[in-house]
Amino acid sequence: MLQLVLFNVTNGLIIGAFYVLMALGVAMILNLSNVINFAHGNFLALGGYFAFTLLPYFGFWGALIAAPLIVAALGIIIERLFVRRVYNRDPVYSLLLTFGFSFIIQDVCRYIWGASGLPLTVPASLSQGLSRDLFFITGYRVFMMAVVLIAIVGLFAFLRYTRTGVRIRAGTLDLDTVAALGINVRLLRSLNFAVGIYLAGLAGVLASGQIGLNPNMGDDLLLPAFIAIIVGGVGSLTGTLLGGLLIGVASALTTVFFPSASEAVIYVIMALVLLVRPRGLFGEEGLLT
Amino acid sequence: MSVAIAGVASRRRGERDWLTTAVIALALLTVPLWLPWVGGYTALASHVLVMGLVAMALNFLLGFTGVMSFGHAAYFGLGAYGTGLTLRYVSDSTMLALLAGILLGGIAGTVLGALIARRRGVYFAMVTIAFGQIFYYIAYSWNDFTGGYDGLRGFSRQPLQIGPLVIDIQNNGTLFYYFVLTVFAVSVALMAFILASPFGRTLLAIRENQRRARFLGIPVDRHIWLSFSISCFFAGTAGALYALLNNFADPTALHYSLSGEIVIMVVMGGMRAFWGPLVGAAVFVVLQDYVSSMTVNWMSFIGLMFVAVVLFFPRGLLGILRRRREA
Repeated sequence: MLQLVLFNVTNGLIIGAFYVLMALGVAMILNLSNVINFAHGNFLALGGYFAFTLLPYFGFWGALIAAPLIVAALGIIIERLFVRRVYNRDPVYSLLLTFGFSFIIQDVCRYIWGASGLPLTVPASLSQGLSRDLFFITGYRVFMMAVVLIAIVGLFAFLRYTRTGVRIRAGTLDLDTVAALGINVRLLRSLNFAVGIYLAGLAGVLASGQIGLNPNMGDDLLLPAFIAIIVGGVGSLTGTLLGGLLIGVASALTTVFFPSASEAVIYVIMALVLLVRPRGLFGEEGLLT
Repeated sequence: MSVAIAGVASRRRGERDWLTTAVIALALLTVPLWLPWVGGYTALASHVLVMGLVAMALNFLLGFTGVMSFGHAAYFGLGAYGTGLTLRYVSDSTMLALLAGILLGGIAGTVLGALIARRRGVYFAMVTIAFGQIFYYIAYSWNDFTGGYDGLRGFSRQPLQIGPLVIDIQNNGTLFYYFVLTVFAVSVALMAFILASPFGRTLLAIRENQRRARFLGIPVDRHIWLSFSISCFFAGTAGALYALLNNFADPTALHYSLSGEIVIMVVMGGMRAFWGPLVGAAVFVVLQDYVSSMTVNWMSFIGLMFVAVVLFFPRGLLGILRRRREA
């Protein structure tokens, strides 16, 4: 029993880590540019597929570094050419635009790499179990958690200690003032978009090492990411972080006792939060609500 | 500007609206006569009406109240499941099943609407998407009752019995089309009636300027909730017809992808025009039918259509026509 609980808590932490990585990316773009990126899960899939293609040439480590960067670059191109045009229009247009891109990217993935699942081979040194009793804690899972942790710490450090990061946070609160202070808001938004997409790409590479690749692998993470943001509170990245972990672990623990409700429990959490504290756990009053 | 358009309608404009309505009514009534000539089939026309109805239901909220629901497929799908489950497990009365679908979609919308209505802007959209997915997971995982991933089968619409008169909508596609058209017409007339009422006018006021509406004493949150509920009842109606049309209900009818498609129908046809969503639905359904029979990469085409509409036709087809006439 203890082993079962431990197994599911481990799973929950890993799933939660992916929710967090996804949700932080979506939240960054949402907070600064007021755009819900529907294609975020598809950028995640692209990250995995780029890694799959790069792997034979650069090895796993090279792919892990390069693939998310390429996805982020693609994100910048799409932002500059398309998303930028709808920033100042009714939000329905940015939703529809990213929605369209989610269809296109998914179809392109299917066209190039095929509809059936593909494996992403991870180095043998990572794929062994650490001990016989805790066979489910493989080296790769520990490694994933470590990378996610580094990425999250890196992101928060970036936002806190670099000039660009501070500008992004300021822009989240009041973009007009930031612009009036002479900061290039167009560039800031591009960069912010790229950081968000980078996180998705990174999550994609890590996830494909565990569960393999398929064209709609990111879709199952998109809604939990939204819910993490709603539960944590729109506008607060700390809230998003905790929201993602909360629903990840809650859904994994539900799997132990009541498996068929593991999807449902995250919606129950969301409904409860909206009932008791409509702005979300860490959300600020009046922001976007 | 739009207030002036909506409020102080000129007589010429009123006449033009009547003319549009008359043309659309005539076109819909005579579908079985002209459709074969352009290569269509009756079930496709029924499908257009069903999607047109749900798009108009969404536009009640999006175009006339000014709040953006991105989760309307949920209430559409609930309507479909309500009807399908009733026919399968409870009764073989088509009318009863239709009613069950309408109620299921509408009541679910009313209950969840209470949680959703106080949110605004993108946040509203996000909450509607998230809540909408609940029903997708229920339908998907409750295998024994809903048929799970494969969808709900094993029911079919039954002939209508009105006193001694039996209308065989079960086997006769044309009669079923007229049945759909009747439900469509009643729903649309109701919508137009509500929009023309004082309540409908306050919805327009909320769309134009929420803060001002609040200062005028309009209970904005409650009106948005009401508008959301009304919209969900109509979405449920469309869903119920959808189940009757296909004798089938599946989880994709509840998925947020369909919500996105409904939004694009509305925008493509024109958000500010009453008939816009119907035109958008017709174009979308026919194109989707055509493209998916031509190529396996239809998703890219639909995606490109989304992008093209957003970048080049944000006012929609009827919006463009209207602008040209006014210029």
